[in-house]
Amino acid sequence: MSSEQKPQPPRWVQRLLQYRLPTGLSEEVQGDLDELFDLWVDEFGIQKARWKYIGQVLGFLRPLPERKQSYIPRDVLPSSLLTTPSPITQISMFRNYFKIAFRNLTRNKGYSFINIGGLAIGMAVAMLIGLWIYDEVSFDRYHKNYDRIAQVVQNQTIDGRVQTWLGQAMQLGPAIESSYGNYFKHIVRTSWPGDHILKTGDKTLVKSGMYMEPGGPEMLSLVKIRGSMDGLKDPYSILLSETVAQAIFGDSDPIGRLIKIDNKMDVKVTGVYKDLPVNSTFANITFIAPWDLLISSENLKDKVGWGNSWFQTFVQVSDKVDMNQVSEKIKYVKRDNIKVDRDDLRFKPEMFLHPMSQWHLYSEFENGVSVGGKIRFIWLFGIIGAFVLILACINFMNLSTARSEKRAKEVGVRKVVGSERGQLISQFLGESLLVAFFALVIAILLVVLTLPLFNEIADKKISILWVSPWFWLSCIIFCLFTGLIAGSYPALYLSSFHPVKVLKGTFRVGRFAAAPRKVLVVLQFTVSVFLIVGTLVVFRQIQFVKDRPLGYDRNGLLTIPMKTQESHDHYNAFQNDLMNTRMVSSMAQSESAITNAWVTNGGFQWKGKDPGLQDEIVTVGVTHHFGKTVDWKIKSGRDFSEAFSTDSSGFILNEAAVKYMGFKQPLGEVVKAFGGQYTVIGVVKDMVTQSIYDPVRPTIFYIDTFKRLSLIDIKISPQANTSQAIDKIKMLFLKHNPATPFDYRFADEEFAAKYKEEERIGKLASIFATLAIFISCLGLFGLASFVAEQRTKEIGIRKVLGATVISLWQLLSREFVWLVLIAFIIATPLTWYFLNSWLQDYQYRTNIPGWIFAATGLGLLLITLLTVSFQAVKAALINPVKSLRNE
Amino acid sequence: MNRDYLGEFEELILLTVAFMDGAAYGAAIHQDIRQRTGRSVQLSAVHIALYRLEEKKLVTSEIGGATAQRGGRRKRFFTITHEGRHILSEIRQVREQLWQLIPKMI
Repeated sequence: MSSEQKPQPPRWVQRLLQYRLPTGLSEEVQGDLDELFDLWVDEFGIQKARWKYIGQVLGFLRPLPERKQSYIPRDVLPSSLLTTPSPITQISMFRNYFKIAFRNLTRNKGYSFINIGGLAIGMAVAMLIGLWIYDEVSFDRYHKNYDRIAQVVQNQTIDGRVQTWLGQAMQLGPAIESSYGNYFKHIVRTSWPGDHILKTGDKTLVKSGMYMEPGGPEMLSLVKIRGSMDGLKDPYSILLSETVAQAIFGDSDPIGRLIKIDNKMDVKVTGVYKDLPVNSTFANITFIAPWDLLISSENLKDKVGWGNSWFQTFVQVSDKVDMNQVSEKIKYVKRDNIKVDRDDLRFKPEMFLHPMSQWHLYSEFENGVSVGGKIRFIWLFGIIGAFVLILACINFMNLSTARSEKRAKEVGVRKVVGSERGQLISQFLGESLLVAFFALVIAILLVVLTLPLFNEIADKKISILWVSPWFWLSCIIFCLFTGLIAGSYPALYLSSFHPVKVLKGTFRVGRFAAAPRKVLVVLQFTVSVFLIVGTLVVFRQIQFVKDRPLGYDRNGLLTIPMKTQESHDHYNAFQNDLMNTRMVSSMAQSESAITNAWVTNGGFQWKGKDPGLQDEIVTVGVTHHFGKTVDWKIKSGRDFSEAFSTDSSGFILNEAAVKYMGFKQPLGEVVKAFGGQYTVIGVVKDMVTQSIYDPVRPTIFYIDTFKRLSLIDIKISPQANTSQAIDKIKMLFLKHNPATPFDYRFADEEFAAKYKEEERIGKLASIFATLAIFISCLGLFGLASFVAEQRTKEIGIRKVLGATVISLWQLLSREFVWLVLIAFIIATPLTWYFLNSWLQDYQYRTNIPGWIFAATGLGLLLITLLTVSFQAVKAALINPVKSLRNE
Repeated sequence: MNRDYLGEFEELILLTVAFMDGAAYGAAIHQDIRQRTGRSVQLSAVHIALYRLEEKKLVTSEIGGATAQRGGRRKRFFTITHEGRHILSEIRQVREQLWQLIPKMI
């Protein structure tokens, strides 16, 4: 049977046997069985031999005697049996692992510092960003009905563009109530939050608050501290927040006490609620007054119709109702309810619900559709945090693998003594987890130390969530993840060393062992380039915006709100006194501040008007000296003047308005507006009165005859000392208006607020970018010193043979320079693409010049060279005798 | 368990190990017993008996070199120990005495 295959016992029975037998026995037993099988085949034939074989195997299924470990000779033991030594051996092995880990850390203090420090900084940054994101995402969650609250928002089509307004007419709430009331638990109309004067006895305070319908406190789940939360049903009541109650009444019981709002409305305190947290949309609502009081005191019922979207409407949908469906249902509630004033229908109003969960992060609309908002920054910082953490992990992996070659002998010895791969893997993973844990402790310390600073820059009140199990859970997961990821490469790589080769000394790392390390360095620098260029461009955009020509002079310009009747009545006397001090060069009154002109009006008619135009134009009511006060630039025509009595029906347009209205010769054109006829007497250069990123909107200035003035504009004389001037203004203001609290705003501060958010983002991003570069350099420094150390002998020999320090420096630095260049080439197009799409969000935007990339590349190269050269030069300067004498 | 006690089967195995003189291993013992006694024994019984004997220190074992016959698997060779010989001779003595006491049948 030479050509035939040798008869085999049934395969499955063999498997069964192998499965059944203790590993130490299978060899001899199987050998015996095979031998017998061969005999049986010769004696009885294959079939019978098979049956006999099966029978014999079944015999081994019976209970086998317990075998003592010592009985099994070591040479046949598979290694897996060796890994279950007695507990005592295990404990001492663990102690040994710890000992070796600590010895390694303390022997290489520099590396340990770089390793742990870098990882700790990375973790701290990620933790700060994590806390920041948590804070942003948990915005408004304080309110128990978070999932069911929404604001009613309207889309209106104006000149073909859909605009989204939060403001609503006061008629909307009742209209929804009567048609769709069963879908809602609460429908609450409120005013916009605003500063109001609260006065009791001799105490006068200005606090921000809101007028609200009675359902509001329950909807917002305000926590009662004293009194009742139902007080708003009484139109002469007020609810105070805890701090305001404390500020006004001290420790005495405020319930039932009287307060005067804005010097005209007397109300009684009926309740005190717990302060709302900072991360609530309603955080600045420090008191709540009844809606009915607002309506009756201003006599609004007769005055405002569907066209006046002056208020807000909040709803809480019923428990079993789907928010999206309700949103769809109320779409045409305004259209269907406008009976008089049908003029507003041309804006095609469509209502929808904007849920509370989206207020903070998805607050921007474009063409009636949500286009995100702050969520962009969540992504931005999330990505930066991940990047920084990845950089730190890369460092850790790089340094560990580099160092691992030093520990190859340890691995060899361990393997010879009986360690097997699993043990080594767990040893090295354990070591990196230990280091990660150290880093975590240091990171938490760092976060505790830097949190106040971070809060200041980010304008937040974040604290570490010491008691939150989620925080600790994520810290531990974070630590495990980092430790395992960072340790996996060295662990798997080291444990694969072949002991004989390592110990014989023929162990070579091989040409490609350093390749992954190089890839990681390239990745690191790609991220760094991205962060540097990104930060530079953000700052460039901010600077660009800051330098945008404003069209007016904001220096020394300030506004004082006129909140009381007396401040209107006594304005002229105040002006006379103030002008006599010579500390102010000009003053006027206006409806809006020049930095924030948001009032729009419609219904304008002029000759040659395009009938399709829907003419919502910004309007600013002013007094005569307004132009001089803000120092606007007249382009043609003239400023308002008291010399012409006809100026009370005169318009001054900005350039955008001239263009919008299509005037070739604007001067003398007649515009029908406000129920009268107005003549254009002048054109001013465009001024930035709204968003600093958007084009200037058409604006009309007119002499106010409708009692819409609400601000005093003052220009402090350039010769006067600002703080003295403020003191003087305050003194005179209070002299004429003793019942009005003095409050003022500088135009340049108001202006700065327009780019505050961008500036804050830029600042944070630059800090993180700096840290990222620092971490990268730390890693590079470690790596360079490792390479230099590894090549000590080579450098010694080269020196003996006559190499100069310069050529040695080149030798050591060249590799890193290449890596940086490759990273730069990869990063440039990616960075350009992302930043360009970021800039597209701004209508008024800067460009990305090539020199930014060039400068970044050069800067990075310089930093790299400095970092590497320190080690390279150090290595090149060593006396070759020292490096060559041993061995 | 009394160290001196040996079952009939164990005795048989121990005797086989003794006469094979270092060349005893599972399959060989199994084959020998079958041929000698005509009994069909389970190989597992042979192995278990051998391990028990080894536990009682009556035999020792060592792993031999690999051979081509058994798919390269190595054999475990059993050798009788001094104690093993001792106990066998003790048993034999007892039997001899007993045989002496039986009245002659023929």
